[in-house]
Amino acid sequence: MGVYTEYHPKWYRRHVSTWWWMGKWNYLKFIVRELTSLAVAWTVLLMLMLLNSLREGEGSYRDFLEVMRSPGLIALNLLALLLTLFHSITWFNLAPKALAVRVGGRRVPALMIALPHFLAWIVVSAVMAWLILRR
Amino acid sequence: MKAERSNEPFIWSLFSAGGMVAAMLIPVLLLLFGVAIPLGWVEAPEYQRLLALFRNPIIRLGLFVICSLPLFHWAHRFRFTLYDGLQIKHLNELIFTFCYGGAIAGTLIAAYLLLTL
Amino acid sequence: MAETITLEVARYRPEEEEEPSFQQYEVPFSKDWVVLDALNYIKDRIDGSLSYRWSCRMGVCGSCGMMVNGEPKLTCATFLSDYRPGPVRVEPLRFFPVVRDLVVEISDFMTKLRSVKPWLVRDAEKPLNEGEYLQTPEQLDEYKQFSMCINCLLCYAACPVYGLDQHFVGPAALALAQRYNMDSRDQGAERRLDLLSQHEGIWGCTFVGECSKVCPKKVDPAGAIQQYKITATLEWYKSMLMPWSRKD
Repeated sequence: MGVYTEYHPKWYRRHVSTWWWMGKWNYLKFIVRELTSLAVAWTVLLMLMLLNSLREGEGSYRDFLEVMRSPGLIALNLLALLLTLFHSITWFNLAPKALAVRVGGRRVPALMIALPHFLAWIVVSAVMAWLILRR
Repeated sequence: MKAERSNEPFIWSLFSAGGMVAAMLIPVLLLLFGVAIPLGWVEAPEYQRLLALFRNPIIRLGLFVICSLPLFHWAHRFRFTLYDGLQIKHLNELIFTFCYGGAIAGTLIAAYLLLTL
Repeated sequence: MAETITLEVARYRPEEEEEPSFQQYEVPFSKDWVVLDALNYIKDRIDGSLSYRWSCRMGVCGSCGMMVNGEPKLTCATFLSDYRPGPVRVEPLRFFPVVRDLVVEISDFMTKLRSVKPWLVRDAEKPLNEGEYLQTPEQLDEYKQFSMCINCLLCYAACPVYGLDQHFVGPAALALAQRYNMDSRDQGAERRLDLLSQHEGIWGCTFVGECSKVCPKKVDPAGAIQQYKITATLEWYKSMLMPWSRKD
């Protein structure tokens, strides 16, 4: 095996900045995609607070709804919503890369994997919304 | 000689499952309770009806899945974001505990809330 | 007067300086010239001291990988006309130690490549009189894409995980491991998994996906790694739930 060690003094090693992700548009999109996990966790937190308010009684539920109406929270939730949508879109678009499905010896085109995901998303969301909102 | 295999596949499968659940169901929940109902685009569900809905065993189980798996998705993704984005790998035990510990805590809280609904 | 274009080329002479610097060269512009042609012109006519790697000049050997205006490119496949009016900044491949000028030290990759056993691993070789290993076009299709890798290392220059942690095995090595895993003639998948199921193996990858974007041969290493993660996870569950099925 080669004689040269990792610590060869004359090799120049450029330091990688903490802001490496600002160097390329694709890197920035990647970091935003990763940060969508915070919006996901935030939504779960909201759901836990909703569940707790339901547990405590009607008054508590009304208080929860009142708190959710504060403008600051709505703005935050709008941002979080954009992030969760970004998560869904990137997730379904990346699924075909990981799922190498072969039919008749050829690879199934990416769209045929992604499209069913998007359709399922719409259906599942509609059903959930109907369950919650119906009177 | 077999090297010690890491348990990364298990937590990755939680991340994967959580990511799929989050992608499918989180946006609509946030849209409804975070934006549409507060802004009055739709009427808030009545207390008794929502309670009855959430008490349904299948819905209750579904809610548990929705409140648990996406937290593990967050835990895994956030852990790697802290590693790569902030390059603080030397704190990796702390990060690991904070992330997966948080997810486990959230899961336990969800279980408690749903069981006592 | 004939059109020219300026190249800003990174120089590093370890015997003279501590840090790299840039040197400007004006080269003739021709619409069929690639960056490699410009570098060869510099070496032949202007400055013979410039050091860089190249070989086939047609995109199959993987020698001429460099950063052109901050993007990892094969200089033999990068046209000057795309960078008019210039200047064109040429730097050594990112995330590798620089030996001199545009030459980087790639032994890290070579070690990692060897470690994934990029050859057909068999429990026992088929005896010659049984003939050759047969493979259908469908079986070939399963791994062919990953076999197109020319080891140019552009993917390593694009991968922020590798940039931040040099222990990461990296896109090309992992894609090549998967190329052999998916080959119907190979029986070494379990042995490779032992190495690659560590944190520096497939689990270090966060699916940034930039490796696949810069790959000149459309190998899609990112896809290879994600598929490998799924296989490894299924293997893990199998070994946990059915421990008797694990071969030793």
